[in-house]
Amino acid sequence: MSKSERFSWFLFSSPQTFYPLAGRMQPWFAALAAVLCAVGLYISFFVAPTDAQQGESYRIIFIHVPAAWMSMFLYLVMGFWSGVGLVLNTRLSSMVATALAPTGALFTFIALWTGALWGKPTWGTWWVWDARLTSELILLFLYIGFMALQAAIDDQRRADKAGAVLALVGVINIPIIYFSVKWWSTLHQGASVSMKSAPTMAATMFAGMIIMALGFWMYSIAAVLARVRCVILERERHTEWVMAEIGGRK
Amino acid sequence: MNWQSWSEFLAMGGYALYVWGSYAVTLVILVAEIVALVMRRRGVVEGLTKYYAARGRNHEAKA
Repeated sequence: MSKSERFSWFLFSSPQTFYPLAGRMQPWFAALAAVLCAVGLYISFFVAPTDAQQGESYRIIFIHVPAAWMSMFLYLVMGFWSGVGLVLNTRLSSMVATALAPTGALFTFIALWTGALWGKPTWGTWWVWDARLTSELILLFLYIGFMALQAAIDDQRRADKAGAVLALVGVINIPIIYFSVKWWSTLHQGASVSMKSAPTMAATMFAGMIIMALGFWMYSIAAVLARVRCVILERERHTEWVMAEIGGRK
Repeated sequence: MNWQSWSEFLAMGGYALYVWGSYAVTLVILVAEIVALVMRRRGVVEGLTKYYAARGRNHEAKA
């Protein structure tokens, strides 16, 4: 069997092979994030025009919508790797899930915070208990619950399993958040972007939002790769290769 | 270009508190996460260096 034939994605399911790979990829994603966010911010403030109805307050959209997307997307990714870890018992999957939670929680908080600051001038209130806002708040509690549960259980395997079950049950909340504005009558406006129809906003506004979303996405990958490297070192400290890795840094 | 002057840019059409309040908190959170990750990395490397050193001494003591 030739070397190329033996290559498989399972190779990277080992923490030992993924650790250096993550280290090599991380700076690229960080650089991409910086460039995309810089371009996105420029478009958001200097290219996108003033909104006819909301004036300048609408500019919160350029971080609010991308943060809200990331909060849901990162949860789905966390749920996916939790599920893989639960079924296949692959250590790295659980480590990735663990590394995703804090970044996901932060984006959820950003979505809620910017939403409150946008709600006040447009709706006249910081907060309402409508379906969209409430389900997004539940998402924050799910992330926090996942982290707290994992931290509370000493046995790592059991902590991974318990966290995975919580994460998977919580996945049901994602379609609830996403479709909440359709299923219930909410104060929150409908989807800003739809796959089926052309964007209803100005092209430059749309571009700013998409580029910021890509920037947040790349940022999330960079942050999660950096965190998963710490998690790998901590959990694999009893292995020869981590000992060599740490020893080699001196 | 949307703005005639810096003060107009900072005023955000009267929505400065809401717009800058959103952007500032987002920036603080992302910077804090980056700092936390750098510190965690240092902590892990330092902690493991000490852990291996202590374990090495134990092995020597037993031998």
